Amino acid sequence: MNGELFSELCWLPKPPDDFYAQCKSLLRAEGQQGRRVRALASCALDENGLNALAKVVETLRANPGALGPLTPFKLGIASNATTHFLVPALVATAARHGIALECVEGGFDQAMQEACDPLSGINSARPDAVLVAIDYRGLPLHAAPGDSAAGEEAVSAALSRLDFICRGFETNGGTTCIVQTLARPVESSFGSLDFSMSGTNRHMIDSLNRRLAEGLRGTTALLLDVAAFAETVGLAEWHDPAIWNIGKVPFAMAYLPIYAEATCRLIAALRGKSRRCLVLDLDNTLWGGVIGDDGLAGIVLGQGDPTGEAFLEVQRTALALRDRGIVLAVCSKNDEATARAPFRSHPEMLLREEHIAVFRANWNDKATNLEAIAESLSLGLESMVLLDDNPVERGLVRDLLPEVAVPELPDDPALYARTLLAAGYFEAIAFSAEDRTRASAYQENALRVALRDSARGVEDYLRSLGTIIDFRRFDSAGRKRIAQLINKSNQFNVTTRRYTETDIARMESDPACLTLQVRLADSFGDSGMISVVICVREGDEWRIDTWLMSCRVLGRRVEDAVLQELVRRAKPLGVRRLIGTYVPTERNKLVEDLYARLGFELVEHCEDGLTRWALSVEDHVATELPLRATHSAPHELSGAST
Amino acid sequence: MEDPLLAKLTNVFQEVFADNSLSVSRGTTASDIKGWDSLAHIRLMLSVQRAFRVRLSAAETSQLRNVGALVDLVRMKQGRG
Repeated sequence: MNGELFSELCWLPKPPDDFYAQCKSLLRAEGQQGRRVRALASCALDENGLNALAKVVETLRANPGALGPLTPFKLGIASNATTHFLVPALVATAARHGIALECVEGGFDQAMQEACDPLSGINSARPDAVLVAIDYRGLPLHAAPGDSAAGEEAVSAALSRLDFICRGFETNGGTTCIVQTLARPVESSFGSLDFSMSGTNRHMIDSLNRRLAEGLRGTTALLLDVAAFAETVGLAEWHDPAIWNIGKVPFAMAYLPIYAEATCRLIAALRGKSRRCLVLDLDNTLWGGVIGDDGLAGIVLGQGDPTGEAFLEVQRTALALRDRGIVLAVCSKNDEATARAPFRSHPEMLLREEHIAVFRANWNDKATNLEAIAESLSLGLESMVLLDDNPVERGLVRDLLPEVAVPELPDDPALYARTLLAAGYFEAIAFSAEDRTRASAYQENALRVALRDSARGVEDYLRSLGTIIDFRRFDSAGRKRIAQLINKSNQFNVTTRRYTETDIARMESDPACLTLQVRLADSFGDSGMISVVICVREGDEWRIDTWLMSCRVLGRRVEDAVLQELVRRAKPLGVRRLIGTYVPTERNKLVEDLYARLGFELVEHCEDGLTRWALSVEDHVATELPLRATHSAPHELSGAST
Repeated sequence: MEDPLLAKLTNVFQEVFADNSLSVSRGTTASDIKGWDSLAHIRLMLSVQRAFRVRLSAAETSQLRNVGALVDLVRMKQGRG
């Protein structure tokens, strides 16, 4: 019965009774409907529900702006199987992740042709990514049990075909590929011997998946681990020979929702929409019982009791998420001292106060508390997940703050941890050293804030931090983090232009581009890369194409230091003016006045709120800042001249 | 009196074709319903199998002349189960 968790997306609430009627009314709705579409998409929909909602998306797409504020994304699909069923499932599921997805299907079993022809339907559509949905039937993997040379050759041939397809799309379509691992067929040859016998399906597919994953490391292509999902739900359930024979559908239709969900998580992660903070309720979520009623000795937690072990597992899961950079917070209806007591003195507690970035225990409603938590972490509500056993609280938060993800939980706490992880809120497409320390960085930030309160003046405080700011042009070492920042920064981001790693690699060597990656370190710790700038030279001007900064370092005069660095680099190259543009979005009001604050002059104010600013390099006067800049080697400076 | 199996089948049709005003009778054929193409047929057959907990083979589902034949097929399978 546990397989239902994945096939029926049990962490999502059931669709409303009038789901189909709501879809129908949306077909005729006027104005921006993205939020309503997203709310419907956030229910546990089966393939019929997804199909109905996809029709709504396709209809609304005809009216410009109707799908706002969803982020547009164009996905090519190349496959050896029928993809007509995938498209509506993907389109509707993408809305759940804040994406207005448009799919471009290749011809049936035409992946190679689509990839190699620059004028093919997929390549000429210039998609943001291509899903290479090829399964084991689409590759030359002919079983040759016992013949290790033939087996190896088949795996190599299959891998090079996939590689060829990906390179084709990258070269001819200027895009990134999403490649699948292969779900192994159920049928065995010898039985248990298959795994050790080279040339069997089991042996070949296992080796192919491993080599595929290793081969993708360091490239821009992304891996969709279909094999893992198929194994999770069971291969015998996943593979349905009847449906393959009838319609060349590559897996049982009951798994379309989870397949689409897995794919859309990757797309959302690519667009910086993964969640970053887990907010935990306490009573009956982190331990059994109510601390205010049962007391320290009465709550159920720890080894030796099945319920106590279930809650330990929840805590272990939260800690593991923290280790990979997810910020933890607490939100509980309790008196603060009572709520903190288990964290301080319950011997079985794995979670301690030091792991929690923000601790809010009071009698306010949870929506208000969640807003406060988001604000104190400088995170948006769409970055938050609330884990709460109480269906009333879940409903309230979903209702008031639809941006917050709130997983449904089963009655049995033994399944809490699994359900939270199955929901895939924290999908990552890369994992860097900075990610590993992110959760503690947020806590250091909280410490800095505390210290600031006691410091005499802000400038004094900043000086006391001994901050060092480092500027470097883009390079391959920084590429992943640069792409991450470009695709997820929303608040301090003047133009919110998104670029792929491929685009970024191109800029590294483009002589017309001045690129900067900016790092910050101080006595509290290393913040890593926190700001990115791209300038494009036009005559004797630099047009600031991109300027973004992590909100963790707001108020540290980083933007002043960045401007000084730009001016310093501009002078020897004969650049006379810097031209800045502010493109307003829902999220970047923070930088509306950035250029004005930095002494730029307004040159244009467009009707849609877009403003253009100019600064004469000659006239800029550098002031003393509470940061010490370290500059990269001088020879780099000549790289930006044309 | 309406056949309860046909009534439940009507719900399945409404979900598959995303139209809650759709009504079907024993005489309804693919040409009567907008969007009932070969892909929708696959989707429909899978939804029927799930709703009625029966298993239909490709040979059985490709020979159906109208909704009445589908009702009879499902009833026969249910009788066997």
